[in-house]
Order: sequence, then C-alpha cells, then structure tokens
Amino acid sequence: MPIESIPALHTGLSLAAVLFCLGLAGLLVRRNIIFMLMCVEICTNAAALAFVVAGAHWSDADGQVMFVFVITLAAAEVAIALALVLQFYRRRYTVDIDQLNALRG
Amino acid sequence: MTLLAIIAVLFLGGILAWLSEHWKDGASRWVALLSLLLAIALLGRYADHTGIATATGSAPLWWDSLQLNWIPRFGITFFLALDGLGFLLLALTLAMGLFGLIATWRDVGFRRGFFYFNYLWTLAGVAGVFTAMDLFLFFFFWEVMLVPMLLLIAVWGYEQRIPAAIKFFIFTQASSLLMLIAIVALVYLHYSASGQLTFNYRELLAARLPPATSYWLMLGFFVAFAVKLPALPLHTWLPDAHTQAPTAGSILLAAILLKTGAYGLLRFTLPLFPESSLAFAPVAMSIGAASVVYGAVMSFAQRDMKRLVAYSSVSHMGFVLLGLYALNAIAIQGAVMQMIAHGLSTAALFALVGALQHRLHTRDMGELGGLWGNLPRLSAIALFFAVASLGLPGLGNFIAEFLVLAGSFASSRWITAVAATGLVGAALYALLMMQRVFFGGERSPHQNSGPPADLAPRESAALLSLAVLLVFLGLRPQGVFDTAGPAVADALQHIDATVAGTPDRYGAPPGDTGAVADAADSRWPPSNPERGISP
Amino acid sequence: MTVVAWIPMLPLLGFLVLIATPLFSDRPLPPKLVAAIGVGSVGLAAILTAFLAATQFAGNPAAELNLSLWQWFSVDGLQLDFGFHLDWLTLVMLSVVTGVGFLIHLYSTGYMRDDAGYQRYFAYLNLFVCAMLLLVLADNLVLLYLGWEGVGLCSYLLIGFWYRDPANGAAARKAFVVTRIGDTAMVIGLFLLFTEFATLDIGELISALSTVQANDPRVTLAALLLLGGAVGKSAQLPLQTWLPDAMAGPTPVSALIHAATMVTAGVYLIARMHPLFALSDMAMSAVAIVGALTLLLAGCSALVQSDIKRVLAYSTISQIGYMFLALGVGAWSGAIFHLMTHAFFKALLFLAAGSVILGLHHEQDIFRMGGLRRKIPFTFFCFLIGCACLAALPFTSGFYSKDRILLSAWDFYHGFNGIWLAGVLGALVTGFYSFRLLFLVFFGREGEASSHCRDANNTAMVLPLGMLAVLALLGGLLAPPLQSVFGAAGAGHPPLWVEAIAVAAPLAGIAMAWWACLYNDPARGEQSALGRFWYSGWGFDRLYDTLLVKPFTTLARLNRNDVIDRLYSGTAAASRQLHGLVSVSQNGQVRWYIATLAVGTVLFLALLVVL
Repeated sequence: MPIESIPALHTGLSLAAVLFCLGLAGLLVRRNIIFMLMCVEICTNAAALAFVVAGAHWSDADGQVMFVFVITLAAAEVAIALALVLQFYRRRYTVDIDQLNALRG
Repeated sequence: MTLLAIIAVLFLGGILAWLSEHWKDGASRWVALLSLLLAIALLGRYADHTGIATATGSAPLWWDSLQLNWIPRFGITFFLALDGLGFLLLALTLAMGLFGLIATWRDVGFRRGFFYFNYLWTLAGVAGVFTAMDLFLFFFFWEVMLVPMLLLIAVWGYEQRIPAAIKFFIFTQASSLLMLIAIVALVYLHYSASGQLTFNYRELLAARLPPATSYWLMLGFFVAFAVKLPALPLHTWLPDAHTQAPTAGSILLAAILLKTGAYGLLRFTLPLFPESSLAFAPVAMSIGAASVVYGAVMSFAQRDMKRLVAYSSVSHMGFVLLGLYALNAIAIQGAVMQMIAHGLSTAALFALVGALQHRLHTRDMGELGGLWGNLPRLSAIALFFAVASLGLPGLGNFIAEFLVLAGSFASSRWITAVAATGLVGAALYALLMMQRVFFGGERSPHQNSGPPADLAPRESAALLSLAVLLVFLGLRPQGVFDTAGPAVADALQHIDATVAGTPDRYGAPPGDTGAVADAADSRWPPSNPERGISP
Repeated sequence: MTVVAWIPMLPLLGFLVLIATPLFSDRPLPPKLVAAIGVGSVGLAAILTAFLAATQFAGNPAAELNLSLWQWFSVDGLQLDFGFHLDWLTLVMLSVVTGVGFLIHLYSTGYMRDDAGYQRYFAYLNLFVCAMLLLVLADNLVLLYLGWEGVGLCSYLLIGFWYRDPANGAAARKAFVVTRIGDTAMVIGLFLLFTEFATLDIGELISALSTVQANDPRVTLAALLLLGGAVGKSAQLPLQTWLPDAMAGPTPVSALIHAATMVTAGVYLIARMHPLFALSDMAMSAVAIVGALTLLLAGCSALVQSDIKRVLAYSTISQIGYMFLALGVGAWSGAIFHLMTHAFFKALLFLAAGSVILGLHHEQDIFRMGGLRRKIPFTFFCFLIGCACLAALPFTSGFYSKDRILLSAWDFYHGFNGIWLAGVLGALVTGFYSFRLLFLVFFGREGEASSHCRDANNTAMVLPLGMLAVLALLGGLLAPPLQSVFGAAGAGHPPLWVEAIAVAAPLAGIAMAWWACLYNDPARGEQSALGRFWYSGWGFDRLYDTLLVKPFTTLARLNRNDVIDRLYSGTAAASRQLHGLVSVSQNGQVRWYIATLAVGTVLFLALLVVL
C-alpha cells in the first residue's frame, strides 16, 4: 500500500461523504419531487465516487465495475422515477411530495 | 385406487365446474352433481364391506389402502386408507354434499362456476381428511378444506360475511398451527427414539414418548380438533361462520366440517397419546358437558334462527366430545352415531332456514311467526327436524345421545348428569324455535307480496330423504355400529393397553369416579360377583 | 304372535297415511276418509286387542307373550331388542288405550267436525295411540322410553293444536319441558340401572333384582330417579304444574291424553318396575307421600276453580295421586284397577264436559253456566254418572277401586296412619268438588251462558258417551286378574268403622257441596286469600317462575352475545389498539421516512463503532 495515496483516499472519501450529506439534506429539505430526484442522483453519485476512490486506492477494478453498475442503475431509476412523476403530475397537478401520502397507516 | 379416484373426481369436478360456467350458464351445478354422483358410485364399491362385525386382529382393519411415495427424504408418503369409520364419514360427506347441492340448487346467484369449484374442493379436502393415514398428508388435506370454505363464506355469505370469514380462518388456522407443531414434534421424537423418519399413522402409533411431552403434544392435537368440533370455549367462530355462510356453506360446515374435529380426536388424539388422553379424559368430558349445557342455553337466547341452529350444534357436538373421552365402546359408538345423526338433522335445519330466508328475506325470529298456515309442508318438516334435534327417541339422534350418556355414565356420573340436563335445554330451544317461527299468529314480513310458496318437490324430496334416514338410524342403527365397530375397538385398544399396563399411574382409571363401582372394574360390562349381580 | 305387532302398527300406519298425503298433494283428504282412517286404525287395534284377550288371556291369569321384532342395537354389552312383552298388566293398559282411545277418536269425529286441522288432528291422535301402545308393550326400558317421549311429543302437539294462539303454544311447551325434566331424571335412572345391572331388559332387570338385598342405596337411587320420570309424566308433586295449563288443547285430547292414558303412564311405569320399588322402603314412602300430598293439594285446588276443564284437570292430578298412594303402599293391582276405572269415568267426564262446552259455544266458565240439566239431559246423565264414580259413591266403579286403595293403606301400615288419613280426606274433598261442579253446571239458577245452550251431541258423540257411561258404572266388576304380575295380595280385615268412614267421606263431601252450591247462593265473588292461593294451584307456578324460569331467561338473554366471545373480541381489540400505536409512525410522508432511515442508519453505524 503506497503511503502517499492515503491523503488521496481521505480526500476522495470526504468528498463522497460531503456530496452524500448534501444530497441527503436536499432530500429532507426539498418538497419538489424533481429536486428530490436530483438529490437522490447526488447521493448515488456520492456512493459511486466512493467506489471509484476505493478501487483506485486498492488498485482493484471492482470499484470501476461498481461505478458502471451505479451509473446504469441511476439511469434506469431516473427513467422510471420521471415516468412516475409525470403520471403523478398528470393526475394531481402537483409535484409536492407531501401530497403523496396515500399510504399512511 | 378407488380412494384416490373419489378424491380426484371431486378435485377435477371442481375445476371442470369452474370452466363449464364459461361455456354455458348453469352448467356448473350439473357438473358438480355428476361428479358427486360419480364419487358416490365409486364409494358404493365398498358397500359390501359394511356391517361386518369382525373381531379385531383377525380381519384386516383397512378395507382398502393406497400407499405411494411422496417425499421419501422425510418419510412422507401418499397414504390413503379406508376403514369402517372412514367409510361412514365419507358416505356422510358425499351424501351431505349431494343434499346441500340439491337443497340449494337455485340459490347461487352469481359466480356460480367458482362457487361449485369451492364447494367441490371443500368436499375433496374433507374426503382426504377422512382417508389420509399419513400425518403430513392429513395436514395437507386439513388445510385444503379450509381455504375453499373460507371463500364460500367470504364471497357468497350474508351481510357480516367478511368478519365471520376472517374469524373462521384465524381460529382454524391458529389451531392447526398447533397441530402442525405437534405433528412435527411427534415425528421428530419418534425419529430420535427409533431412528426411523416417518409420518405414517400406523407406524407412529408405536411411538413411545415421555409422559410430559406426550401431554403437550396431545394438547396440540386436541386444541386443533376442539376448535373444529367446536368445544367450549373455542366455539365462538361457529355461530358467526354458520350464520353468515350461504346455505350450502352452512350445510357443509355443520354436517361435515365439524365432524373432522371429532374424527381427528378419535383417529389421532386417542390412539396416538393413550396415556395423556386417559389423564386428560375428565377435563375433556367436563368440556363436553359444559358445551352441551352452554350451547343449549345460548341457543335458547338467540333471535336469529340460524344462530339458534348454530349454537345447537355446539350443544350436540358436546355430546360427541363427552362420548369420545368416556373411553368405552358404548359411548364412542354413540359419538360416532351422533356425528352422523347430527350431520343429517342439522343440515336439514340449515336447509330449512335457508329456504325460509330465500322466501321471506329474514332470519329474525322476532319478525317471523305463524308460518304453519301458509307453509304447512315446510313447517311439518321443520317440526320433524326440530324434534330430532331435541333427541326424540325413534330417531338417530336419540340413539346417539342415549349411548353417549349411557357409556359416559359409567365413566363419570356427575359429568353425565350435568350433560343430561342438556336434554331439557334442547327441548327448550327446539320448541321455542317452533313456536316463534311456525306457530302463533301469522306475521310474515312480506305480506303484501302474497303468501310465500311452500316447499318445491325438489326441496321436499331432499329433506324427506334425510328424515327417512334419521328414522332408519333410530330404528335399525345396528348397521352403523357394526361398520364402525372394528375402528372403534382399534382406537380403544391402545387405551386399554395403557389401562392394563399402568393401573395406578393416574390413580383410578377413568371407568370410575363414583363410589359404587370399584376401581379395578372399569371394563365393560361391570361384573363383580361380590356385589351379587350377574350381568 | 304377530297380532301383537299389528296393534301399534295400525295407528302408526294411520298416522303415516294422514301425515304423508298433505306432503305430496295440495288437496286434503275428504273428512270422511280421514275419520275412517283415524278411527278405523284405532278401532282395528281395539278389535285385535279384544281378540288377543279372548284367545290368549281369557281364563288364564298367568298368560304371557313375548315377541321380539328385531334386534334394535347391540353395542358392547348394551343389547336391546325392539321387543314386546304382554302380560295381564299390559293387557289392561292395552284395553284401556285402544278401547277408550277408540271411543274418544269416535267422539272426536263429531267434536272436531268443523275444524280446519281435521286431518292433522287425527294424524297426531293416531301417532299418540301408537306411542302409548309402544310404551305399554315395551319389554325393555329404552323402548318404553321411546313410547314415553313419543306420547310427550304428541301431548305437546295436541295441546298446541290451535297454534294461532300463543297461549296454547306456551302451555304446550310448558307441558313438554316440565315432563322432560322428569324424563331426564328417568333416563339417568336408566343409566344407573344399566351400569349396575348391565341390562335394560325389564325381565332381566327384575330377575337380577332378586339377588339384591333390600334398601340397597343403588336400588333406592334408581327407584327415586324413575319416580322422577313418573312424577313428571303423571303430573304429581312437584312437577304437576303443566297439567292444568294443558287444558288448552281440544277437549277430546284432554280426555284421552290428559286423563285416561298418558298421564297414567307414570303409574304404569312404577307398577311395571314394582320389584325395584318394593326393594326400597324409602322409595315406597316417597311414592306414597307424593301421592298423598298431591291428592290433597290438587283436590283443594279443584275446589275453587272456575273453568270446567281446570276442575277436571286438578281432579285428574288428585286421582293419579290416589294411584301413587296405592303404589306407595304396595297395592299394585289396586293402583292399576283405579287407573282403569279412572280412565273410564274421567274420559266420560271430559267428553261430557266437551259436549257442554260445544253446546255453549266454547264457554268454559262454570259460573256462567247453571241449570243445564233440562236443556241437555243426556249430557247431564253422563256427567252425573261420571261425578258419582269420581266421588266413589257405592256400587260405582270408582267406589270399588278407591275402597281397595284405602284399605290397603290401612293394612300396609297396620292401622291408623297419615297416608290413610290423607286418602280419606281426599275422598271427602273429591265428593265436594265433583258435586260442586255438577251442581254449578247443571242445577241452580241459569247462568248468562245457559240461555243459548244447544244440544251439540251428534251420533258420533252420543255413542262413546253412552258406552263410557256404562263402563264407568259397571267397570267395578271388571277387576283384572293381576296376581300373576304382582303376586297375591293378602286381604286385610280392618275394623268396620274404617270401612264405614271410607264410604261416608264422599257422602259428607257431597253434602258440603250441596250446602255450598245449592243451599247458599254460589257467588263467584271475592275469594278468600286461601281460595286465591288454592286457585293458583298453591302458588307453584309463581314459585317456579321466580325461582327457575325468570333467572334462566334473564341469564340467557343477558348472555345473548356470548361472554366467551368477548375474550376473543377483546384480543382482537387489543391488537387493534397496539396497531394504532405503531401505525402513527407510518404517516405517508416520504421525507419523514428518509429522515428516520438516515437517523436509523447513523445510530446503527454508531452502535457498530461503539461496540
């Protein structure tokens, strides 16, 4: 394990953590579904960044493989989520997540 | 193979009935009728076995059996077998299935195909329960019969059908979970003791368990069967389920499904756990007597005619429990008779209530009255079955109750005396029903739509055939006793062996709690030369 | 042999024909055919009985017949045949049931002529005769019980025959339920007998009893339990309350079931099982005391009744009390003799009362009658004969039988005793109430209802009345030879004054009746407190109502919704509450879920790190 790459790992993971927290904060604060979707994207990308950093650190290709997975996943997720949002908007004329509470117990 | 054929005919008939409704309206009930008749014809092949009073041991107990490998890894086989008891109950199942079908021929208004699918599958499940001799297979059929019954109640029932169906399901499901645990534990304990992994009933009879464990396992079985029976205090699903079920469903429930509980006690609980059953007998008899009395009192208090009949079932099945746990041949034969006679009389009463509901759209006895004037046929037949229900001598119910009480009197005098007061209770509710519905001034709720039509020939014929059967059972019951005899003796044999082997284990054997007869003399007939009485 | 089987079979066939035709066709049978079937079947049974008596029994006091039709059931030691046993006791009962039964059937064809339920009536009546015949013919106690319950059912059906009036239905149910209480005791007695003696065949039981020593507690208990059944069926203390209400049925029914045959079944049962009772002093005293008390209580109640049929009903209770008294002092044949004569004269009285009631257009209040003897002389003479027999005036049939009972009571206790005294007092009371009834109805001033009285008797009614009148007068000569069944009774010789008192008591009663009803004006007016108490049947109805009926119905109604179900609905409610608590967190807010998810994850990770 090369000693000089440790700061890189730290910096990379810290960046991923900061990104994730930003995304999470956005999720909690925003009520617009579109913005929330974007925040979810930030979270997934934070996780993807963590994979890449870790992969680079241990010189393992798995990190990059996972990154490709995450990207694919995010694309699929966005496609489905946007479709749902569109449907929701057509029915309820709103994109406020707090209106979307039909499943309350 | 005939056994398998009977069950298969019912299963396939059910599927065919469902499909046939798509091809032609009303075809499903003809399919159901034909498959039932076919099943009855198949069962008829065993008719020449009936009435053979063979000594146990000399003749093979099974009239017919079929054993196929199913899951060999766990010792599970597809093992069907028929003996006298099974034959009687199978005959009752098919006959009552046919009766329910004919009596409610025009009652099903919607989704007929699915209705008859469920109807036949319930019957198939019950037929499986009465013939399965592998505990796993038995449990399989036990579950199979529940689900279609649940659907019958939940889809075609009356106003409160969903809660009633849920209650029915939870009670039976929770109790059969206990049975499943008991089955698995029994098999496992047998395996660890003998090294043989099997679910076969015959082989498990040989299982020797430590008394405490055996007692708990026995309770697991007992609770599952007692819920079905139903016995106090596990009976409360029954009035709701019976009342809310469609007429055909009530007939199946009362005439057949309740009997699976009694059958299970006699076939499994008693022989598998003789020692624990012996120890538990006084409790079970007390529960039986309490059910008899409580059911009668509750029946007396009802306003809904169907609930009245439902609670009367609790009372009648209490006699079965009392008789089974009296642990002597007279009482158990009486209990078997009661299963049959109660099946016939209660099915008829439910059919009559259904006929009334169909005509007058109410079951509330406060709104009924004086129907004899307009419906003399229906009323006369109802009178017949009401007095059958109160145990009038000359009818099958009397023979049953008399034998149960006569047999259990030898086991426990006071419990029997308490149960006998149920005879008065039966008179109270049966006659009260007659009075409120058929006698008194006319107050039919739908007078403006003209007088209701009396029984159609189809209904009369179905009901009268049951009446004739009941009279036959009351006057010539011997055929039933001879047919069931070997099976009863076989079940008792395990108890007897226990009594003989461990005379002092539980104090006095169940034969006597009274002061008069002495403890060593519990076997029948009680003969003791010192008392100066020769039997 | 098979003649015997046809005797109960014929009424059964009659019943089946009468009940089956309306089930299959909408048109009722023509009344003439109904009458022919109903009366003919019982008539044929009577002829067969007479034939049997003439060929097999005449001049042969020890004659016996046994006939097993088929094996009823046989389960592990409990083995019973559907079998008949005939001896002189059976024959007496058979003759009474078929003979009196036939006459009452015949009378019914006239009495019920205009009733809509004509066919139903005869169907029930035929079923009753069949069940009663099975009861007396049975060679085992279970078959006897079959007949026993069968007659109870028919009694129920016929009391409630006019079903539109709920009061009739209530009376019918009361009759059935009260007797069923007795029957339950009886059936427990059967179980006890079976447990102890391993048989329920009457002959085998009696031979088994020969080896039992006297006053064995099992025997006493069994006898007392059977007595319970007898007390219920025969309307004796403390289960007598159903009989007065049973008068709601048609009057011929009261004559047949509630006077001549069914209510005497208890007497028959005890007589049939007399070796059992004779073994236990306690049971014998119980029978005697029940009889003595009942005859006095019911006699006093009969004194103050205002309904013609209720007077007769209380009188029936009282007379059956005499029979029980006789049984209790071992005068078995005396009891059966009184049973027979009572069947004649009480049937006569009821039928005559029926004619009165019909003539007065269904008026039953004796205070609205009076002076009827000139308007309906034939009925009057029949009633007079009946009352004379009931009061046991010398040389009537009732005199012979009652005299025998009183003498036996004196003998049994070797001299003066309470039972005998009760019997004599009862004779006095009987004379009083029977002639009070006669005087109030047929003598004195004409009542409000008397003016429009018509003679309702038609041929079908005159014939049975006449025949019963002859039987009631001359029945005393027909003492049946029952020694073979009961053994020879030692004839005692009580002092002359004892016999004189027995003869004088009813005469004194009649004098009192004359004084009260003809010499003084019989105002219905205000009754004394005692009179009201007696009128209500010594308050038994109210007692049972408050003690048993009310608590039972209240309890049942309170618990209508099944307290046990509360247990389960309680469980359901509790889990629903719990569910309510937890489901608060499930509020449908996605951001709330995210927040909890995040906090949860952080906590979880923190936990991992800390541990």
